[in-house]
Amino acid sequence: MTRYLVNRVLGMLLVLFLVALFTYMVFFLLSPDPAVQICGKTCTPERIDQIRANLGLDDPFPVQFLHFLEGLFLGRDYGTGASAVHCSAPCLGYSFQSAQVVTDMIVQRLPVTAVVAIGAAVLWLLAGVIGGLLSAVREGRFTDRFITALTLGGMSVPNYVLALALQYVFVVQLQWLPFPQAVPFADDPGQWFLNFILPWTVLAIGYASSYTRLTRANVIDTLSENFVRTARAKGLRPHLVWRRHALRPALTPIVTIAGMDFAGLLGGALITETVFGINGVGKLAADSITKNDQPVIMAVTLLAAFFVVVGNMVVDLLYSAIDPRVRAGATT
Amino acid sequence: MSISSTELEAAGAPDNGALVAATDPRRSVWHVLLRDPSAIACLVYIGIVVLMAIFAPLIVKVSGWGPYDFDQTAIDPNLGGIPLGSFGGISADHWLGVEPQSGRDIFARIVYGARASMLIAVGATALTTVLGVVFGLLAGYFGGRTDMVISRLMEFLMAFPALIFMIAVLSALPADNRQYLLVLVISVFGWPYLARIVRAQTMSLKQREFVEAALASGASRTRLVFTEILPNLRSTILVMVTLAVPGYIGTEAGLSFLGVGVVPPTPSWGQMISSSVGWYSVVPTYFLVPGTFLALLVLSFMVLGDRVRSAVDPGGR
Repeated sequence: MTRYLVNRVLGMLLVLFLVALFTYMVFFLLSPDPAVQICGKTCTPERIDQIRANLGLDDPFPVQFLHFLEGLFLGRDYGTGASAVHCSAPCLGYSFQSAQVVTDMIVQRLPVTAVVAIGAAVLWLLAGVIGGLLSAVREGRFTDRFITALTLGGMSVPNYVLALALQYVFVVQLQWLPFPQAVPFADDPGQWFLNFILPWTVLAIGYASSYTRLTRANVIDTLSENFVRTARAKGLRPHLVWRRHALRPALTPIVTIAGMDFAGLLGGALITETVFGINGVGKLAADSITKNDQPVIMAVTLLAAFFVVVGNMVVDLLYSAIDPRVRAGATT
Repeated sequence: MSISSTELEAAGAPDNGALVAATDPRRSVWHVLLRDPSAIACLVYIGIVVLMAIFAPLIVKVSGWGPYDFDQTAIDPNLGGIPLGSFGGISADHWLGVEPQSGRDIFARIVYGARASMLIAVGATALTTVLGVVFGLLAGYFGGRTDMVISRLMEFLMAFPALIFMIAVLSALPADNRQYLLVLVISVFGWPYLARIVRAQTMSLKQREFVEAALASGASRTRLVFTEILPNLRSTILVMVTLAVPGYIGTEAGLSFLGVGVVPPTPSWGQMISSSVGWYSVVPTYFLVPGTFLALLVLSFMVLGDRVRSAVDPGGR
């Protein structure tokens, strides 16, 4: 088990390293000169040279990348002598736009994204499992067809269209919900909750639909198993059969997939946060991309990759804890 | 908007028995599909969109307004340029209304927008299929070091935060030839999902008696791969590809929505929705029209993919 764990962690670090290298390379090659960008309108050639020297932009690519990694793990100093600025351990540099510390920018916005992601995950898991179970036990009947039609709809409407449509119906026409705006939780919890209803729903609907389909298929498979027939033959009431025997084996794969989807949610949150103007990491990514703010883009890409890779590993570990065959297969 | 890996995984793993049993999947698939009303409806809608894309200049001549023509008479300059008339200015002149402020004809832009959607979806599908099949076959057939290198590459690409990275790369690259770049970027991150399944199937097919028999009778490697293994993968590839198309359409629209896709003034559905964001409360038809076209296209491909899957593998769900 220890060897497996070590292998996994090493593999994970390798993937993260490659993501960092690849992203860094792309921006190194493609982007316009950041020094000109930082310098702004009142700019002199000397000033540009100074900025380039301070940020180490004159160094060749491998040196710059090594400095970046060094900053990430050990912290680094920008500039030399008295004007040197220290950037401590998980240093992702300074924003080219606002000169803020990138690490701080992300740490500030991460809780907001967490709220969006967790709320959506709760919603889609509940809806997916309940919908799938209902659909499975009523297979072929009206309820099943209705739910299947709903899931098809939920999977095909792009979430930004859904966001606009829901906002139009519930905010503009019916006025059941307030116009979305940032209200701190401490000020007015009720208002805060109402503001998040639409983003949660929009982010959750796509996932909820595919989870419903998955749960349905799994439960139908399990219901045809021998042990379910035995349970029925013993005279167990239907809802006990469903709850005790059919649902549990059907849920294992769903939990694993949920782990991975949750880890990959930063990408989905990007569109939702942009549409609703929520100041989370997703919106930070979108904003930094429009402004070509390389350090921030780099940081968000790495963070997203980190979540995906860690999520995959956690899921794999859970799996191998349950099923020893996976462990044996993975080390070879 | 992203391709749900769970769906593809569940879809791409039909029984091997069913695979080998289907001798000519294409013919039987057509037979089954043409007896299914919902599959026919989907095919009809997809057909309409394809025709719209091909004959866009002709259609626009009939409807009277080009996608780049400004019609100042259709909007109300005193009210910030909202379209005159109800439902976003739908009239005999402008069949689906006009854009607020510019007064461009929405029908014409939808017709031309179909070009972007179809072109990119078809291009990305073709490229991912080629990449996925070639790499999947290589990894599955040769195994060993080849397999290790390709598998690691696939793991790496699948761990990549694809959407964020696509946006970042596209925003950094120059805007000309965006269509080709979109196809390239979508394909680079899309092929591992197909390759993974092709690889697994190739590995199990390789062990089968008929492949061993061919090998024993002296068939060359190339012959073995192309005449023994590839034909047996056809139905898997068909299912995977049909199920992947809606994902690519969604991705293209999403990227255009975020402003890094098709460059204005060339219209695309995602981009039209994006420009309607500021108007959603005043002129709801502005986002509803492209949104409906887009959602229906994705839906059609999804239902079709479902039907193809059950036609290929009747034992599955």
